[in-house]
Amino acid sequence: MKAIISDAWTIAGKDLGNEWKNKQTIGMMVIFSSLVILVFSFAFDPTNNMVKAVIPGLIWLITIFSGLLGLNRSFLSEQENDSITGLRSAPIDPSSIYLGKVMANCTMVAAVQIISIPVLFLLFDYRFMGEFLWFLLVLAAGTLGFIIVGTFLAALAVNAKNSEMLLPVLLLPLLSPLMIAAVQATRIILENADIQDAMSWIQLMAAYDLLFLAACFFLFEFIMEGS
Amino acid sequence: MKELVHMLELKNLTKILGDKVILRNVSLSLDRGESLAVVGPNGAGKSTFFKCTVGLLRPTSGEVYLDGELISKNSMSVKQKIGFLGHESYLYSTLTPLENLKFYGKLYKIKEADKKSAELLKEVGLHLFRDMPVRSFSRGMVQRLSIARVLLAEPEILMLDEPHTGLDVEAAYLLNRILKEKQRRGTAILMISHDFEQVQELADRVAVLSKGKIADTMAIRQGSNLEALKEWYEKAVKGA
Repeated sequence: MKAIISDAWTIAGKDLGNEWKNKQTIGMMVIFSSLVILVFSFAFDPTNNMVKAVIPGLIWLITIFSGLLGLNRSFLSEQENDSITGLRSAPIDPSSIYLGKVMANCTMVAAVQIISIPVLFLLFDYRFMGEFLWFLLVLAAGTLGFIIVGTFLAALAVNAKNSEMLLPVLLLPLLSPLMIAAVQATRIILENADIQDAMSWIQLMAAYDLLFLAACFFLFEFIMEGS
Repeated sequence: MKELVHMLELKNLTKILGDKVILRNVSLSLDRGESLAVVGPNGAGKSTFFKCTVGLLRPTSGEVYLDGELISKNSMSVKQKIGFLGHESYLYSTLTPLENLKFYGKLYKIKEADKKSAELLKEVGLHLFRDMPVRSFSRGMVQRLSIARVLLAEPEILMLDEPHTGLDVEAAYLLNRILKEKQRRGTAILMISHDFEQVQELADRVAVLSKGKIADTMAIRQGSNLEALKEWYEKAVKGA
């Protein structure tokens, strides 16, 4: 397991170092999320109290759709010069390729959230009054679940003709339970309501994350065989 | 008496993809310090043969042993012994040659990967381009770097799929010199090639793969005739 994590770090480090150099994917993700926030801030009147109700949904909307842009790229970059075969012929466990990609994608989506969520609060004139640590926990659990499933399906879809269209079609229905839980838990925390009300949603997210992490981790080598 | 273990041994390797038989009962062996070239017409199954041998594809039936150990998809100790140069370079075009080698060095758990990478870049004549992104390289330069990538882990067997593609005369000479040196030190070399001159120059033995089976094999002696080799190949392909 130690070797798998170490190899995964190497692969994630390569992806993140590459992204740090050219900033192509993350730039695209930040621009997309900023545009969504800007458009919605003009569409709704920030002085209206009802607008606050759309903030949890908007947080997850920008996370999912900007994240999809990054997920699409994560395995496409391995297709150039057939680098994925280079990884497969190396003395590493195929699961470390998956884990490395999950780490890199998670870092990129988290970076986009760090920029876009404060901007969202600012443009919607929203003063955060909830439990910050719980908010971070819900954000982390939801994002992790999205990346776990998204990375696996990105690897599955990459060999298809229209992989960029196929990925959302496969991913979005699978994400429904996670997103319902994430939006509900975020709403409860942002409304500063009793945290006990959010516990069942948080537990659902944790179960979803663990279940899909285990399944994707073990099934990844079978989808690699077809690439 | 202890049985002699071949570096590579293929036993009745068969691969069926869909309803098409790509490889039929291919049996071959390769010893340490030996060089075997596999030649054959397009579509003969050479690339599938290589992928099965490296462990990237699971054979439908038959076995592949490397140094006495059965190759399965995830046998890491076996993969560590293989230096695989495929059709593509497996390099990242946004990274520099040094970054590419360091990355693969980490995956192959090579000690002093930085030092070794720099030495290899010198050896393949890319030292001056070490900090330029690979996307700006010519086909020949990419091939030189791919060769450096393969040699980085000091493999016990080199599996080279058309290694001379894109190389100029000087680079081809350099590659042959490196391969002969490796062979002299005991590295086994399995090579797919269409270039009979290079086959004659490097190989100890040549096998013709046609219609998914080994049609014939022949030992190559020093000073052997290139025309005779081509004639023998054509006969073997026609007879398959």
